[in-house]
Amino acid sequence: MAIPKEGYFKLEQGRYGPIYPKTPACYGFTIIAKIKPGRETTIREYGNVVEKTIAGLPDGLEVLKLHYLRWVLFDIGKDTYFMYQGIFDTDFDKYTEDAVALFTKYGLNTVFENLEGFPEDWKTNTPAFIKFVREHQRPSFLEYGEYPYATADEIKKALKLKASFSEMLDQMQ
Amino acid sequence: MLDLDDIQHILLTRTPALTGQYEFVSFRDRAGAKAWVTALLDKVQSAAETESSVATSKRWVTVAFTWSGLRALGVDEGSLATFPEEFKQGMVARAAMLGDTGVNHPDNWVGGLASPDLHAIAILFARDAVERERCLSEHQKLLAQCPGVELLSSLDLEATPPFDHAHDHFGYRDRLSQPVIEGSGDVPTPGSGAPLKAGEFILGYPDEDGPQQLLPQPEILSRNGSFLAYRRLQEHVGTFRDFLAQHGKTAEEQELVAAKLMGRWRSGAPLVLAPEQDDPALGADMQRNNDFNFKEMDPHGYAMPLGSHCRRMNPRDTAHNMNRRRMIRRGATYGPPLAPGAPEDGVERGIAAFVICASLIRQFEFAQNVWINDKNFHELGNERDPIIGTQDGTLEFKIPKRPIRKRITGLPAFTTVRGGAYFFLPGLRALRYLSTLS
Repeated sequence: MAIPKEGYFKLEQGRYGPIYPKTPACYGFTIIAKIKPGRETTIREYGNVVEKTIAGLPDGLEVLKLHYLRWVLFDIGKDTYFMYQGIFDTDFDKYTEDAVALFTKYGLNTVFENLEGFPEDWKTNTPAFIKFVREHQRPSFLEYGEYPYATADEIKKALKLKASFSEMLDQMQ
Repeated sequence: MLDLDDIQHILLTRTPALTGQYEFVSFRDRAGAKAWVTALLDKVQSAAETESSVATSKRWVTVAFTWSGLRALGVDEGSLATFPEEFKQGMVARAAMLGDTGVNHPDNWVGGLASPDLHAIAILFARDAVERERCLSEHQKLLAQCPGVELLSSLDLEATPPFDHAHDHFGYRDRLSQPVIEGSGDVPTPGSGAPLKAGEFILGYPDEDGPQQLLPQPEILSRNGSFLAYRRLQEHVGTFRDFLAQHGKTAEEQELVAAKLMGRWRSGAPLVLAPEQDDPALGADMQRNNDFNFKEMDPHGYAMPLGSHCRRMNPRDTAHNMNRRRMIRRGATYGPPLAPGAPEDGVERGIAAFVICASLIRQFEFAQNVWINDKNFHELGNERDPIIGTQDGTLEFKIPKRPIRKRITGLPAFTTVRGGAYFFLPGLRALRYLSTLS
């Protein structure tokens, strides 16, 4: 699905800003921001911290109805940029507070402290945090889904069914 | 510890009023505005005063202001800037997101509520009509003494008979599920959850996440205050009754359709606890009528449909962060009741209510935008709240049922938004502060 430059077909205001459309690749965001000089190692180390945190919480992120989250670092000239991309089944304007609460709870957003322009008072200034995310969101101009519009729940159910079926077949042998 | 001497009573007390009036005013000059506020200072009761006198009082007064009303009173620009963005913008500017479109659009609102000149509201709840008339004539005299204050419009409130229990014009029992504020001394009814931190509703106290942040300044202005979202909702009783007749052959079938839309029988009995037939004794019993959950007791909505009004407005254990989404509701019905069996008479009747919360965007606007009007809430696909959602005749309502669900298409609008506004409800000290600004 090709998407206009603005990131939406028709401007629809949510509580915090424009609502971005659902595409065959579901909802999502791509946040790109420059990192503060010398913080690359800190950010990379942070990957291990998050991995451990999430490993202990198998359903911890359920509220976000996620498919994938990707954290990427890349260089442009002498600067290093951070890209944070999420694919999920809900329009993120609607559940903004739930996401912020969750990220705060699990420390998922502390990596943002290493980004230029991120509000230093983010812990006590949710509107400023939301504004930063919104201002650094870069909408897709094209999205594709091999299994269009399927939700994470549907996929999880299908996989569960497949596993049960395989187990049943194994037991019949 | 709640500062009950300073908090306006409406936040904590549901008064035994059967009638009342809302007076919407505009400030033409600052002197008039201040004279009006000053005169009302000793009429507005605190929570503590109301608590001790509720049995004998005959009337209860509440005063609140729009953002432009605060400016008209002389609040400086620096202070005005510290108020939350959605309050500054006002309900009219937020219309599209709230679902106030089509006939619900602010262009069609009545009583001057969509006007930037709306500055304040005086809410009067009265025990009877005689007391109401007495209070209104006093207010008339006050307005005559304050040439700088103009009455934009008024709305007469009237409870609908029978008066033994609160209900709307459709006949649904009301006031069954209400959050309790920690420290208020009120005990939640079974199933209503634990008392919530005061900061969810009152400014200046810790909320469910810890200390409140970003309070409007100065502190004297915001402390013990709150925000009100006002909604005037016309109820199309004729349309509602026609709909029931169309979808139910017998009176019993019609009652069930009404119950499925709401999630409760009109008696108040919740479908989760009374799935097959009405149980008026259960509906009237506050110790039992809210004592249920969804996750274990009705996960698929076979009793209370996933899209029913009650299930949307309070998803209980099927939503996240519920404690950050609760709201206090106050209000009343207006307009004459439509006699049983009578055809629609075209007279406006409905509910004029306030949603009270510490954060309009996190509580009221979330409920309006997501719970009420998200077509895909609970993955329903093509539904909005059947009672108060924005309906244009193109949406549906699904009633889960075994073996085959019932799907009603082309749901009509049973309600229309006729007005609304965001108000700041100051504490009594703040009210005094506002009356003395230079």
